[in-house]
Amino acid sequence: MSTNIDVGTIDKTEHYNLPVSDVPLNPISRKERWAPYLILGPALLVTGVVLIPFFISIYYSLTDYRFTRPDINFVGLQNYIRILSSKAFWHSVQVTLQYALIAVSIETLLGVIIAFLLNTESLMAKILRPFLLMPLMIAPLITTLMWRLMMSPDFGVLNYILSFFGQREFPWATSPKTAMFTVLLVEVWTFTPFIALLVLAGLKALPKEPFEAAQVDGASRWFTLKNITLPLLTPYITIAVIFRLIDSLRQFDIIFGMSKGGPGDTLMNFQVYGYTSTFTYGKPAEGLAYIVINWFIIYIISTYMVKYWRKVQSRIS
Amino acid sequence: MEQIEIKQRKNWLSIIGVNLALIVIFAFFLFPILWMVGMSFKTIDDILAWPPKFFFTPTLENYKAIIFSQMEVRGVGSIQIDFMASFLNTLIISAGAVLVSVILGVPAAYALSRFKFKARENIGFMFLSFRFGPELLVIIPIYFIFQRIGLIDTYPGLIWVYQLITMPMVIWIMRSYIEDVPVDFEDACVVDGYPRWKAVFRVLTPIIRPGIAASALLAFIYAWNNFIFALVLGSSNTSTITLSAMKFISAEALRYGIMSAGIVISFLPILVFSIFAQRYFVRGLSMGAIKR
Repeated sequence: MSTNIDVGTIDKTEHYNLPVSDVPLNPISRKERWAPYLILGPALLVTGVVLIPFFISIYYSLTDYRFTRPDINFVGLQNYIRILSSKAFWHSVQVTLQYALIAVSIETLLGVIIAFLLNTESLMAKILRPFLLMPLMIAPLITTLMWRLMMSPDFGVLNYILSFFGQREFPWATSPKTAMFTVLLVEVWTFTPFIALLVLAGLKALPKEPFEAAQVDGASRWFTLKNITLPLLTPYITIAVIFRLIDSLRQFDIIFGMSKGGPGDTLMNFQVYGYTSTFTYGKPAEGLAYIVINWFIIYIISTYMVKYWRKVQSRIS
Repeated sequence: MEQIEIKQRKNWLSIIGVNLALIVIFAFFLFPILWMVGMSFKTIDDILAWPPKFFFTPTLENYKAIIFSQMEVRGVGSIQIDFMASFLNTLIISAGAVLVSVILGVPAAYALSRFKFKARENIGFMFLSFRFGPELLVIIPIYFIFQRIGLIDTYPGLIWVYQLITMPMVIWIMRSYIEDVPVDFEDACVVDGYPRWKAVFRVLTPIIRPGIAASALLAFIYAWNNFIFALVLGSSNTSTITLSAMKFISAEALRYGIMSAGIVISFLPILVFSIFAQRYFVRGLSMGAIKR
């Protein structure tokens, strides 16, 4: 404290010399301290009430709740223990992770390529850029139904196109072997533009100086890309990946719209399994246990990824 | 000289390559949309034809059937089509949800960006987490609660629950817009003797108006496109477009023409909007994380 006294006094005297109106306008009065809470209140009230269902969900997942029985008994972690030793659960884990990881990898790779292509001065880039967002703007469920119509074995145009390549009657979502490929196709079609758009924004926001410096130094294109462009793009790619990873870990519309998780349990990820268990089999306790685990996984991954994003962002700026 | 020639040839090649690659990629992304639009102008015979018809005589029958809510089926007579009702339902729910979110969310965004208070980041994060949580985690209990208090399958019930989609978007996008505006503007106005809230209205509101429009539009599109909330909490009274479309595809193939017309009507306005609003959406789609 004592070392700071000088600075403090200077500050103060300066302060008092200023005209009255330049005195900081926001001294924290009692009124000001409560103002933010008052302003936030209504929005908090409207959305914050869902914290109650959130805790109800966790509670239900600790009970033996079934639609067919009126009484609800607390059973502790029994549901979780039973689930963790069931085949269906580990199948769900596999489907959820497989879906999310493959989807995000392809979307990122393709999205970055598209962003680079659209960032050129080529004629097609100028013409096509406004259409980039279209797949993303259609409801994922509607998109899925569109693809289903194109995949119809009787009149679907995709089978017709494939027949030129010697492939007849591709089974799409009706076979366990091709079902995952089918939903991933729809997922990639829908969400690649999301990554492309964010990365394109990043490319447009790149500072000019490092590139001019590299050109003066005679750096190769590859060197510039690897050592300047990509590192500067990392925060953009990261934020896009965070969004896509979280959304694909809880994908419901595309899988449910395509086959309701079928054939059999082929595509039952956490969300679809949770829905089916609750509303088809009337076992919300089990269904919610799946969803709680789903939430927990998303929570861990997103916390970790946001930390990483903050790190790369602060490194660049 | 020779070197320059090689370089130019290489340039030509790369220009052709880039254009070609873009054509192939966008053919993949735009074909399903164009095919769907084409399908909506086909008769049911043309839709079910094999091989699929790329050229056909367009018909407006499907759109007529939707607008007049009736379809003529050979040998059966006319069938009631309820697509129009689901349009209206989706419009009421989405617009209602966005309206509530803008009225409550913009001031909330202001509080989160202008005031320093203890719980600020926690509250901000709470709003954000609604965007990322698995929806079923909250809507399954809400389903039980709504059943008990009679909010299931009602507009107010759905508008309320849709706040989980629209509110986080409005708050986080607007927070990033407001943080971009220097606080000095408002302060100057306060110095002139205006109370703070008047300063906000006079100075800040005009600057952030485009931001409000962009965030409202994006929130509207997300509400419009939602499926899972209506699937669990809606039914015959509040059936949304997505819910109706799901029912249509499970019905017999005779209705596919009408279904495709309904789908096209549901996404065409949004696609047109997106062409013009694309550059405003980067900030919105990243919830304010990317500013441009």
